Amino acid sequence: MQVQFKDVTMSYGDKEVLEKINFTIPEGKLVSILGPSGCGKSTTLMLISGLTYPSNGQIYFGDKEVTKQDAVKRKVGMVFQNYALYPHLTILENIMFPLKMEKMPKNKRKERALELARLVQIEEQVDKKPKQLSGGQQQRVAIARALAKEPSILLMDEPLSNLDARLRIEMREEIRRIQQETGVTTVFVTHDQEEALSISDEVMVLNEGAIQQNSDPITLYHKPKNRFVAQFLGTPVINTIKVADHPELLNRLRLSEIMKPEVQSIGIRAENIKVTTIESEALLSGIVNHVSRVGKDTTVYIEVNGHSLVATNLGVIPEEGTMIHITADIEEIHLFNFNGKVIELEAVK
Amino acid sequence: MEEVNHKETPLMTKLFKARKKSETETVKDSNPASKIAVYILLTIGSFTMLIPFLWMISTALKSPAEAVAMPPVWIPQIFRIENFARAFEVAPFGRYFLNSVLITSISTLGELLTTILAAFAFAKMKFYGKNLLFTILIATMMVPGELLIIPNYLTISKLNLINTYSAMILPYLASVFSVFMLKQNFESVPNELYYAAKVDGTSDFKFLWMIMVPLSKSAIVAVAILKIIGSWNSFMWPLIVTNERLLRPLPVGLQAFTTEAGTQYELLMAASTIVIAPMIIIYLFLQRYIIMGVAKSGLKG
Repeated sequence: MQVQFKDVTMSYGDKEVLEKINFTIPEGKLVSILGPSGCGKSTTLMLISGLTYPSNGQIYFGDKEVTKQDAVKRKVGMVFQNYALYPHLTILENIMFPLKMEKMPKNKRKERALELARLVQIEEQVDKKPKQLSGGQQQRVAIARALAKEPSILLMDEPLSNLDARLRIEMREEIRRIQQETGVTTVFVTHDQEEALSISDEVMVLNEGAIQQNSDPITLYHKPKNRFVAQFLGTPVINTIKVADHPELLNRLRLSEIMKPEVQSIGIRAENIKVTTIESEALLSGIVNHVSRVGKDTTVYIEVNGHSLVATNLGVIPEEGTMIHITADIEEIHLFNFNGKVIELEAVK
Repeated sequence: MEEVNHKETPLMTKLFKARKKSETETVKDSNPASKIAVYILLTIGSFTMLIPFLWMISTALKSPAEAVAMPPVWIPQIFRIENFARAFEVAPFGRYFLNSVLITSISTLGELLTTILAAFAFAKMKFYGKNLLFTILIATMMVPGELLIIPNYLTISKLNLINTYSAMILPYLASVFSVFMLKQNFESVPNELYYAAKVDGTSDFKFLWMIMVPLSKSAIVAVAILKIIGSWNSFMWPLIVTNERLLRPLPVGLQAFTTEAGTQYELLMAASTIVIAPMIIIYLFLQRYIIMGVAKSGLKG
């Protein structure tokens, strides 16, 4: 179901966790809420679930306002980081629990639970207790339980954080598969950008209680709206260079005179840095500080005027200690104004 | 309360021994000499605790002369099993037994009910003045029990409840200590479980009975055991609030063996053996829950 927030504010005492946020989660999509810890992403999830109510603003499920309705009325399904399975019940009983609360007849309940166990591929474990299962299996059970009552929306609060790296990748593919098979609108909270970018239809980046950007993963990465988003996404972190430290940049970028005073810094992703032999074409020049090779990846650290830049995609690997001239395509360079907002390229040309 | 402690200790020792044993078992490389030393110490300790019990059982089988003989006779010449039957003739122990069962079971169930509800409220619910209220409750634990006898008596008599079962049950339907203990246990249940249950459609009340209580089984059983023992052995209060012989529980009934002419020790001990037997049996059955409660301090979700 489509979920819409209208001017939702949430404060605990004097502390405002979310400030007048507005967004729409389209029906049938998998949307990630991404942000550093303490940015309000879990609060947002709790507000969608109806486990907590906003201090101000309205929440809509479809066309219906649900601001004051509880989790049961909203019919949400929820998956927690620590699985939150009922330890004293078997897997099957765990999956049946929400149906039991709905007073579904017992045989129907069992049938539905087994169907879900098959969907999440744990049908052989249904008679075990949660403790006998691995973390990944427990998370599968938690998903099955959340899906049991055919929720209007499936909410996941950092569901993969307790799993080891390999299992995390496996489970995130599973979540994507299950989401697409069931078509349930899903909100997925995470602090892991890779997780968010890899499985979501849309990513909502949150910081300090405000939405920074809400778009599909590719746009988010290539067209960040501000410096926070640019820096939060991507490994290694995007190189940012302050214009104040390199006044020559503005001329080399061939910016119009009107634009020049607005640019506070520029950002170039590590993979977009290129080497050029012609010094006049270069944006910056620097000394190769260190070259690190890990498997197929080579990372070059370049020292420019006391700042370190990272490049990962240089065609020819320079030797340590040599001077190189670097540049990047103008489309790959992000210009930030003094508020940290991106200055659109169209405006620049 | 003193009596309670007496009868509890030997079992506590056993429990302690059981735990100790499992600990030493896990430490495989500890050297045999220290292991032997530990066992000798524990054996001495538990034997010391067992002496009153053995003395009670042995006296229960003695003749009146042997019971007061000096130096003490440890093993009676003839085992007088008939002492048990005679003890039953002196006083209506069948009735006392029923009274004890009635009082103990109702006050235990009542206390569990109030404790579970209160502990849940303090552990998981949000309400105004929660911490203040809890502090006040905890503060009442500092008031000695003896001090409460007079105000409690006055209350009961104003309510016209003297000489009723209610008089013996009512003041013991709640226990701050139990609330405190269970609250700690309830708090260890992760909040996510509460949220999950909420999302699954349980009310607070259903969550408490369907999730919280089964998860805290060990702690609840531990609270129940303490209550059962305390209630079964209580002497002073029932003695004060009852005049009617037939209403009295077993420990008060034991007075029947103390007459103006002296105390019939062999019969008193025979009756005492019968009085504490149910407690030992209950304890043996439920002690694994206590060990579980101690061992499983943290709850992984």
